[in-house]
Amino acid sequence: MNQLTTSSAGTLESGDIMVQISPSTEAGLHIDLNSTVAYQFGEQIKKVVSETLTEMGVTTADVKVIDKGALDCTIRARVTAAAVRATGKDVWKD
Amino acid sequence: MNTYKERAGLIEQAAKACNTTVYKEKEVPNKDLTPRTTSLTKSSKVMSLEDAIRHTGLKDGMTISFHHHFRGGDKVVNLVVDKLAQMGYKNLHLAASSLIDVHEPLIEHIKNGVISKISTSGLRGELGRQVSLGLMKEPVIFRSHGNRGAAIASGELHIDVAFIGASSSDPMGNACGYSRYPTAKSICGSLGYALPDAQHADHVVILTDDLVPYPNNPKSISELNVEAVVEVESVGDASKISSGAIRDTKNPRDILLAQTAAKVVENSGYFEDGFSIQTGSGGASLAVVKFIRQSMIDRNIKASFALGGITAHMVKMHEEGLIERLIDVQSFDKVAAESLMNDRKHKEASSIEYAAYNEPSAATRMLDIVILSALEVDVNFNVNVLVGSDGIIRGAIGGHPDTAADSALSIIVCPLLRGRIPCVVNEVTTLITPGSGVDVVVTEYGIAVNPRRPEIAERLTKAGLNVVDIHDLAARAQKIIGDAAPLPFGDKVVGVVLNRDGSVLDVIKNIVEPTN
Amino acid sequence: MMFVPGNNPAMMQDAFIYGADSIMLDLEDSVTMAEKDAARLLVHNALKTIDYGQTEMVVRINPLNTPYGKKDVEAVVKAGVHVIRMPKTETADEVREVEAEIERVEREIGCLGRTKIMAAIESALGIVNAYDIAIASKRMMGIALGAEDYCANLKTQRTPDGAELLLARETIVVAARAAGIDALDTVYSNLNDMETFRKEVELIKTLGFDGKSIINPRQIEVVNEVFAPKQKDIEKAQTIIAAIKDAEKRGSGVIAVNGKMVDRPVVLRAQRTIDLAIASGILKEEDI
Repeated sequence: MNQLTTSSAGTLESGDIMVQISPSTEAGLHIDLNSTVAYQFGEQIKKVVSETLTEMGVTTADVKVIDKGALDCTIRARVTAAAVRATGKDVWKD
Repeated sequence: MNTYKERAGLIEQAAKACNTTVYKEKEVPNKDLTPRTTSLTKSSKVMSLEDAIRHTGLKDGMTISFHHHFRGGDKVVNLVVDKLAQMGYKNLHLAASSLIDVHEPLIEHIKNGVISKISTSGLRGELGRQVSLGLMKEPVIFRSHGNRGAAIASGELHIDVAFIGASSSDPMGNACGYSRYPTAKSICGSLGYALPDAQHADHVVILTDDLVPYPNNPKSISELNVEAVVEVESVGDASKISSGAIRDTKNPRDILLAQTAAKVVENSGYFEDGFSIQTGSGGASLAVVKFIRQSMIDRNIKASFALGGITAHMVKMHEEGLIERLIDVQSFDKVAAESLMNDRKHKEASSIEYAAYNEPSAATRMLDIVILSALEVDVNFNVNVLVGSDGIIRGAIGGHPDTAADSALSIIVCPLLRGRIPCVVNEVTTLITPGSGVDVVVTEYGIAVNPRRPEIAERLTKAGLNVVDIHDLAARAQKIIGDAAPLPFGDKVVGVVLNRDGSVLDVIKNIVEPTN
Repeated sequence: MMFVPGNNPAMMQDAFIYGADSIMLDLEDSVTMAEKDAARLLVHNALKTIDYGQTEMVVRINPLNTPYGKKDVEAVVKAGVHVIRMPKTETADEVREVEAEIERVEREIGCLGRTKIMAAIESALGIVNAYDIAIASKRMMGIALGAEDYCANLKTQRTPDGAELLLARETIVVAARAAGIDALDTVYSNLNDMETFRKEVELIKTLGFDGKSIINPRQIEVVNEVFAPKQKDIEKAQTIIAAIKDAEKRGSGVIAVNGKMVDRPVVLRAQRTIDLAIASGILKEEDI
């Protein structure tokens, strides 16, 4: 497990999402979600966040998410960006 | 001989025949000798709010009414209900033409039992949210503007005391939504939604922040209907009643929607010299007017009248000679309010004259084209403008179902999506305007035409417009946003939506907030 | 071609609806250094997911000599971008370097030859090398002028009538035509002056450009209006094309319309008018 440094990505503009990843003392992903579409899409957003992080090898973290109606592809991009910044490990070759 | 004295017997007989008494000079009050210059600004009708309330004989459980012409700046509702609470009233039925964010303090008055029932066209902000979460024991009754007027006239919605905020009034109660005096503070233009209340309520109290000398003519509300006039510090915050200037939308999506809607109008078959039109006040609707204006000039077409919420855009076109007359139930900005005051071809209309379903002369029946917005449209062309996609009440019915049903062509302009919220759906959250009145839906992904109107679809297709099946739009929206979870509705009915003829169209259930 | 900032999800989501022929998602000038990584991921995911219909999707990458360029190429090629736009292209070698990068990624994912290249020329050196750049790669589909940087490099500034850009514009059109690829003009950034914008579009159409770059959907209508062929020209073109088909049927090599011989340039021009009419939505394929 990589050492995480607290990092974030995204904005609070409409259609975007702000994701902050920080190290957690407790095992597992702890997602704190605040969304303008929480009733309809809260579970889906959490699913995309945890799937993306798991794919990136991040399995233990506190994740703070403020969503302004972002689509899944945007959520995936922002979570990946935050994880890249937190782990220091990019998804692209140098 | 025929002196007065000798006719006494005949006078007495005549009095008996007329079932009245004989005139007695001693009982006639003395002449009022005070110079009238002072009484122009005074009358026995002018009193404090508390006295006015007592004077009307208001009792617990009765119905009080308000209008929403001061929009976000309104101070009347909160002022009066605060006073009623102070005076110890309980269980009142508040029948407003609409309620908005600024009426949030009503939540406390509902909790402490001053208000136990609400009838309105809409609810917004925290009040709408709280009602959706089950704040009230009785469901809120939602009516369109046309239906409210009709229900007040028929007695179905009986108003005991109407509290009407007015931008100016004389001491007798001749009142209107503008003022000819430099003392004007808060002008709103048309008082269309308050006129049925003024005519039909048992008691009418005018509240004004500009008490002007008698006679305040021309007027909207006649002294004959008014029992008390209350002078208050302010009826509304002018800056929030209406904006002074035209604000054109810069949002490219709104512009695209407006351009498309204008092309629909131009190719609909109803864009002929003498046509009539109504548009909403949203960014896209306002912009539609701008594009239609250019086509009217280019093709030398003039409109007979523009109806509804009148905007500065409409006034400008009227002054340019492109629109012959304006029929104004609500003035959306200061330019419109001033035009109503100054221009004799700018007519104020009550909500009954505007849109009552049972009024043969309702202006909506004379309407060719109406351009409306929507929170949601479904594949059966039903429209929801009241309840958000999250199940929370956040809008108003307004004149939506009235104009859609009565006009020759109704055009709904809405984006396919607002963020992750779909606007074209399989079934609307709440049914407000039945699809039987909705003809065309304009989105940025294509134009859907109600299958009832094949001739319109044909005309638009022929004009090269992108006509699509509304099912495809709904499917496209769903594909972009993914599957939405069902809303957490409870089992309590928090709202009843009346159709414009008074029948029940739909009910709104409460939302149970998930505990996190 | 509409420019859309690569770090703005709402704009990227909506870009398709305005009817631009191509959309350029930008990773270069509109994205700050601190956000290059996030924008790259956003563009990658948007290209993979959002349905842009028939629109040609272009991404402007950062130059390869920055820490971002190679990663940009990898991210967008893997997402299936149609065209990579190179900024500030000055030499044919730069084009070949980008081509090599693209090939490397395409080989890795097994789609060799899918990605095309467009080169933006934004300096005096680039203009001098315009033709070499235009023929540097078989993937090259067009060259474009980037006027702001070009003017700075030339030590001048932009004027309403565009005198300072005339040589660059003509050079680009000539180089593009010689290479058989498209020529695209620069952006016009004053959104409130639609009149000057229209004049500029008319000018570049006359110069021979195939299209104009725009920064806001509001500019699309003007470009489409200017580039749309006039009804009279369309009818004439249709007559000519019909005459050709007729001549082919009869097996005759000589084509005459209204008693006048029609030679090859006229036929080519007629075909281009028809193509433009279809692209502008005035004609439908089945009408021909």
